[in-house]
Amino acid sequence: MSNEEENLQREEERELQALLKREFPPLQNSELQRDLWPQMLRRLDAQSEPFCIPWFDWALAAAVAAALLLFPNAIPALLYQL
Amino acid sequence: MELLERFAAGDLEAFEALFRQHQNEVYRWTVRIVRDTGAAEDLTVETFWRIYRAHQRFDPAAGNFRAWARRIATNAALDHLRHARKETELSEDYPATPRGDPAVSSEVRGQLRRAFLELPAKYRLVATLALIEDEPYDQIAEAAGISAALVKVRVFRAVRMLRKKLSSFGLEAAAK
Repeated sequence: MSNEEENLQREEERELQALLKREFPPLQNSELQRDLWPQMLRRLDAQSEPFCIPWFDWALAAAVAAALLLFPNAIPALLYQL
Repeated sequence: MELLERFAAGDLEAFEALFRQHQNEVYRWTVRIVRDTGAAEDLTVETFWRIYRAHQRFDPAAGNFRAWARRIATNAALDHLRHARKETELSEDYPATPRGDPAVSSEVRGQLRRAFLELPAKYRLVATLALIEDEPYDQIAEAAGISAALVKVRVFRAVRMLRKKLSSFGLEAAAK
């Protein structure tokens, strides 16, 4: 980058910087208003719960498996539908 | 065993101690990027969740927890900027200064605000930190995991994009 381009860049930056700071005031002194540990604990608890599959899904999977075992000729039709 | 070693070994109490030590700093960094207190609180928790999951990758002997946390927080904030809808980014937490410069019309300010919020996330990140928050390029580079030269290039491109958008609104002269 040439000196001229760098100077132009700096000038453009300064102009926009002034406008941006007016529109978006800097937040360097923003402080957290509450302890987030309880929220963190809830997140940890939620993620550590074992993955649970509803009984209906198990029943549906069993029914499909049984149907495929009893009627293997239906497999191509099922694949076609998928 | 030191706190960082216990954390790296998966000790929840050590994690809690680190959380309490660093939550405010992570929040302050995040809110400067996303400019929304609610989102910054959620992202602070998200950051520590990512930290907790990655505890085995942290090297307590060589690692600087503060810098590592800041880098993860920056990535979480960047993800937020990528996915948040434009409407929700117009936060009411930190509205524009009520007393604007009378020399700058409300139209220019509105278009500038819109143009800034429409910047691609990676440009908005560096532009926010460099131009609004006056963060040094090397600090931004370390937090974003890129070189200082790339930060400079992205700031340059962000400025160019903003200029182009403002001039496309026919506002370049007014913005100067």
